[in-house]
Amino acid sequence: MSRERTAPAGHRRFLVVGLLVALLLAGVGSYYASSHPDGLEYVAGRTGFLDSADEDPATTGSPFEDYGTAGVDDARLSGGIAGVAGVALTLLLGGGLFRVLRRRDGSGGHDAAEPPVPADAD
Amino acid sequence: MHVPDGFFDAPTSVATGVVAATGVAVALRKARAELDDRTAPMAGLVAAFVFAGQMINFPVGAGTSGHLLGGALAAVLVGPWTGALCISVVLLVQALFMADGGLTALGTNITLMALVGAFVGYAVFRLVLVVLPRRVGSVPAAAAVGALVSVPAAAAFFTLLFAVGGTAEVATGKVLAAMLGWHVVIGVGEALITGLVVSAVVASRPDLVHGARGLAGRTTLVTAAARA
Repeated sequence: MSRERTAPAGHRRFLVVGLLVALLLAGVGSYYASSHPDGLEYVAGRTGFLDSADEDPATTGSPFEDYGTAGVDDARLSGGIAGVAGVALTLLLGGGLFRVLRRRDGSGGHDAAEPPVPADAD
Repeated sequence: MHVPDGFFDAPTSVATGVVAATGVAVALRKARAELDDRTAPMAGLVAAFVFAGQMINFPVGAGTSGHLLGGALAAVLVGPWTGALCISVVLLVQALFMADGGLTALGTNITLMALVGAFVGYAVFRLVLVVLPRRVGSVPAAAAVGALVSVPAAAAFFTLLFAVGGTAEVATGKVLAAMLGWHVVIGVGEALITGLVVSAVVASRPDLVHGARGLAGRTTLVTAAARA
């Protein structure tokens, strides 16, 4: 990401740490997540409308279908790659979108609690 | 809470598609006021973090699990409009690349998790903040309550859609009771995660937290006391 041009040095560290946590959660932590159906799927099964789900939706065959990586057999690696790829794709799409949307005049103009950050950080 | 293709009939899916498209269009305009050079990278990170958080299903008993929805969390951290966009981006990536949530149900999922999740979560957060002491330390608790309410709110909205346009013949009351029951429990998990993450961010960078703007931080209080 083009963090260098948009973020002062003061919070580049914060962004990097946050991203590392996200990558660890998606790439490693997700392996240990519960594999039980989520609330909606469980309720759908118990009350009898789960079968109304489309058996063969258009997204079947997505590269990371069901948070696994096509062609990778090892469950830990397959899920880890899918998780890291998902975080990267979300960061790319979201980061790009918010970068385009942001006000460029630099007048944040709010925070009284803002610590002194050198304006020439970049 | 990702709705697959097929749960809802075409008119309902089209209607939620229109609601979602309108909501996202408005959010794209309103988010400009929330985003500047400092908060834009933060918003990208929040979206990526919510994607990761949604992968961590936690058990809630009886063979059921829940996961972070993230609407309240994102709204508190980067503002409700930007927060709704964060969740929409996550849902788009999940539908396109992970086959999680149907493509025809993308409008429904954005309506439930991005719009209802972020705005109900943020509204409750603001309400709770009014009754708590006006300082930064109140933000995580208020965010947690917003998160707690946002999950059953989305579940209730799902049931409303199901009553109007569900393709299966199941009594609405039965669906409502089950959806609310389980999602109140999942909401407790949502509240814990949201409170924890918001307090971590507030502790390290309170200036980056949208919901903490205008509130006195510890640093400010010490400075004021020193001056007095």
